[in-house]
Amino acid sequence: MKTAARRKAAVDAAAPVFAALGDATRLALVSRLGAGGPQSITRLAKQAPVTRQAITKHLQVLCDAGLVRSVKQGRERIWQFDASQVDAARRFLDEVSSQWDVALDRLKRYVEK
Amino acid sequence: MTSDRIEKSIVLRAPRAKVWRAITSADEFGTWFGARFTGRFAPRTTVSGRITLPGYDHLTIDMTIERMDAERLFSYRWHPHAVDASHDYSQEPTTLVEFTLEDVPEGTRLTIVESGFDRIPGERRATAFRMNEGGWATELQNIERYVAGKTTAASL
Repeated sequence: MKTAARRKAAVDAAAPVFAALGDATRLALVSRLGAGGPQSITRLAKQAPVTRQAITKHLQVLCDAGLVRSVKQGRERIWQFDASQVDAARRFLDEVSSQWDVALDRLKRYVEK
Repeated sequence: MTSDRIEKSIVLRAPRAKVWRAITSADEFGTWFGARFTGRFAPRTTVSGRITLPGYDHLTIDMTIERMDAERLFSYRWHPHAVDASHDYSQEPTTLVEFTLEDVPEGTRLTIVESGFDRIPGERRATAFRMNEGGWATELQNIERYVAGKTTAASL
């Protein structure tokens, strides 16, 4: 039951990320930023079958999920893949969180015996 | 989702006084937590404990007790997930751990909130999971390849 609860928490935490990736265009955008490094919307739009405006919207959704971020460079916005930091933070919290689950389980057994 | 805090809540089938002892007596805390402390828990004191859990017994934890409001609130600060014995955590920010007790019909509700993770150095959080570095990008390409094989819309 403990494991199930932990798994559920992990799934809950990951849900927004997967929701953001549950779109073929966005998945391809993240994959391209991940493999090709930081790039501008102009460059992303060149090879995409969708409009620049659509790409901006998709990037915003990915940004909200913490998968990409942008920095202003001159008049352009450069987008980059940003999962590692978010992922590390989440895994760190997951680790601390599961240690608490285990400790609380021992506390429960200790006070209820 | 917040990245700054962890909250846990559990109902214990035990009276509040018993739970309070279990979390504020250094000996009792050590029994369930898995540590042997050298001093007693008291507000504004720092106690050291040797971890007794198999695999972690080379580690010590330092807890700086903040508040002990009888049978209601127990709080302390420590360095979270300090599992690298060769690393000096002393200069790093700490997290605040708060144990809150309340009566419920079944016994006692214990809520634990650990907060302040946003101040923990990013590189420490990242290096704790070095294994995962770069894994994401590769993983996503694999997923994309998989999805692209199933649909045609995926190609940009």
